[in-house]
Amino acid sequence: MTSPRRFDTRDERTWCPGCGNHVLLACLKETLHRLDRQPHEVLICSGIGQAAKLPHYLKANCFNGLHGRALPPACAAKIVNPALTVIVSTGDGDSYGEGGNHFLHAIRRNVDIAHFVHDNGVYGLTKGQASPTMDLGRPTPGQAGGVRSEALNPLALAISQDAGFVARGFTGEREHLVELMKAAIEYRGYALLDILQPCPVYNKVNTLQWYKERVRPLGGEHDPADRLTAFARSLEWGDEGIPIGVIYRKDKPTFADRLSHLAANAALVDKVLDPRAARVFMDPFF
Amino acid sequence: MSDYNVLVGGAAGQGVETLAGLLEKAFHRHGLWVFGVRDYMSRIRGGHNFAQVRVADRPLHGPRRRLDAIIALNEETVRLHRDRLAENGRILADAGLGVTDPALLALPLERTARELGDPRVVGSLALGAVAASFGLDRAIIEEILAERFAGETLAINVKALHASGEWATRHFPLPLPPRPTRDRILVTGAEALGLGVLAAGCTFGAWYPMTPATPLMTFLADRQAEAGMVVEQAEDEIAAINMALGAAYAGARALCATSGGGFSLMVEGLSLAGMTETPVVIVLMQRPGPATGFPTRTEQGDLAFALTAGHGEFPRLVTALRTPDDAFRQAARAFNLAEKYQLPAILLGDQFLTDYVQSMPPLDFGSLVIERQLLAPAEVGPDGDYLRYDLTESGISPRLLPGKAPGQVVMLCSDEHTPRGNITEAADVRAAMVDKRMRKHSMLRQEVEEPEFLGEDGPVLFVAWGSTGGPLREAVETLNAGGRRAGALVFGDLWPLPTGRLREKAPGKLLVNVEQNHSGQLARLVRQETGIVCDRSLLKYDGRPFTADEIVAWAREEVL
Repeated sequence: MTSPRRFDTRDERTWCPGCGNHVLLACLKETLHRLDRQPHEVLICSGIGQAAKLPHYLKANCFNGLHGRALPPACAAKIVNPALTVIVSTGDGDSYGEGGNHFLHAIRRNVDIAHFVHDNGVYGLTKGQASPTMDLGRPTPGQAGGVRSEALNPLALAISQDAGFVARGFTGEREHLVELMKAAIEYRGYALLDILQPCPVYNKVNTLQWYKERVRPLGGEHDPADRLTAFARSLEWGDEGIPIGVIYRKDKPTFADRLSHLAANAALVDKVLDPRAARVFMDPFF
Repeated sequence: MSDYNVLVGGAAGQGVETLAGLLEKAFHRHGLWVFGVRDYMSRIRGGHNFAQVRVADRPLHGPRRRLDAIIALNEETVRLHRDRLAENGRILADAGLGVTDPALLALPLERTARELGDPRVVGSLALGAVAASFGLDRAIIEEILAERFAGETLAINVKALHASGEWATRHFPLPLPPRPTRDRILVTGAEALGLGVLAAGCTFGAWYPMTPATPLMTFLADRQAEAGMVVEQAEDEIAAINMALGAAYAGARALCATSGGGFSLMVEGLSLAGMTETPVVIVLMQRPGPATGFPTRTEQGDLAFALTAGHGEFPRLVTALRTPDDAFRQAARAFNLAEKYQLPAILLGDQFLTDYVQSMPPLDFGSLVIERQLLAPAEVGPDGDYLRYDLTESGISPRLLPGKAPGQVVMLCSDEHTPRGNITEAADVRAAMVDKRMRKHSMLRQEVEEPEFLGEDGPVLFVAWGSTGGPLREAVETLNAGGRRAGALVFGDLWPLPTGRLREKAPGKLLVNVEQNHSGQLARLVRQETGIVCDRSLLKYDGRPFTADEIVAWAREEVL
């Protein structure tokens, strides 16, 4: 099939009407279509949460693991079989809360994967508690007096650690989002794409309209190779405008590039295994 | 029977490990059977470390308490270990340490090292004197030095070796002449296990450093390029096991290794392996807990934890490693069983097994086979509907690797899932999936190996597991040789628990469980699975391994 429909499944979606995930899913299918991928060539990894259900609604390989733990298996699967297009598609709580440590180290490790974070500021699956990107002071179930911790800025954090591809998308800007997804997948190395999406049920402040009035696509004047400017842009938020697009970009060696024996030999998945081949390692012990 | 026990002791950084390692290799190359243990006494001020090198004309399986020689690199070593020295034993120490002892052979180590112009050759000077007192051929030691050092370092160490060669006369006659053939190996438990992991074709290992799992993983990491594998140091043990599962899903044979604290962090991932039916081998090298416990010492305290770790019910294999040779074989077997039944396999080792070094026949790589039991891409149609969790009679669903069959996708899911791998909340599907997973447990139960029986049938039957089997083997041999009839069952496989041999041997005997823990975890498991109750327990939980002597002494006093 030569349309995005080759990635369709018959499964009933359990997301609410108006949820940004519907758009995000459609954009991902369109992206994979434009990249000419077939379902068996793609692996989607996710954790737990509303966003993490995405791979069940798209025909591709799927590792739907534990909450917060989508990045480690994604990295490992790519190391073992580099022919797979590996995408982590999961939520803000998953990526920045429960899995925060893996996020930091995925940047350092720089495996060639794309990380799409569905960022709506709330935990939808557990009915509306704040995610790490929720603004300070906002009352939520579980934080009735308002969120007491400051919001995490994932883009600034990623740029501070010199992640090679740092971008922000918005489900209200579909074509723009598809191009960002495409660029993130095509980037060689760890690519972070934080995707703003409304949660019409649990986030009554950051609505589709709220975002539409504030997002500002980065224009040609922005140089994504300029790290300090990129960092400054990553700090912009709220009424002053929210930049979307590729904020920072830098080419650097990937995990596989740094391991010469990985590049020189067959992929680990295709290695022929023979116990006798290991006998040579016993020689020094006689 | 001739059996010598030599202690090398000193402060951290004085070269205890190097000297003991050279001495072990020298005895081994001479043709004797070596058993060496390491003891890192990190809680004594100044950091006192020692190694015990035991040699004999027959295979050895454990440490011994009594010492024949003490090589003391500091005065403290003499003070701490003098009470264990045999009547005609010798202390070899520098003349300047101020040791006054009738057993002392005072050596001009420091002075000569200064004269040779390198204070670091103290170890080789001591080695020369020890070689002389045992009548070891210096050519063998020179050869070993040449394997470890090169250039000027080698030259000055060889010089030191010869400088001290006349300082001692032969005091300990060796039981065998030098053996010209080199047909035995000298390996630690970690090294033998590592060789088994390499032989099993493990292509991906993930870990976070934790004693005593570290020697295994550094062994693998050092060889990863040559072996064609990736060993990744993860940000934590949670990442390590999730990486291993991702690697296994994608088609690697995957391994994690850790100790109790790290295993605690891996437990959620263990449950994920159970639910998603992803093969993974987890090495749990035990040390005394709870919490940080005794980081550098040994215990068998995590059996009950390994049996039940992870939320929910799922099949698993739990196998204890008894000896280095056993570890080699069990590693290969664990990867096969993990892939055959698509489940987590836990290998239980401990600090004692990891660090001890033993002479043994070469490991038999030719006897190992690799059985992956993967579904070939050609066996599914191009546009078929592959079902990762197909409800089969055996409970084992054909396992296809992702990316290998056009038109097919492989769905792995931590939620309860349909045969295809999609999330479900259907009651009937849930029950069918639980039954399917647990059918694998029933099959695995048919495949587990019965415990090894040692010694003679008699009024007393010891039961033990893992590394305790080594000292227990020597103890039973000693008891039998002294006319006391006793036998032992040493378990490797622990879950599912094989019960046939135990049911056959136990009736009418006094059962004694010998374990390195406080609560008798094997005895509890045996009682749970068979109703058989152990009558007596010999339990040790001071962080030090059993010696055959103490088992024999206890048995003579209490039960025989």
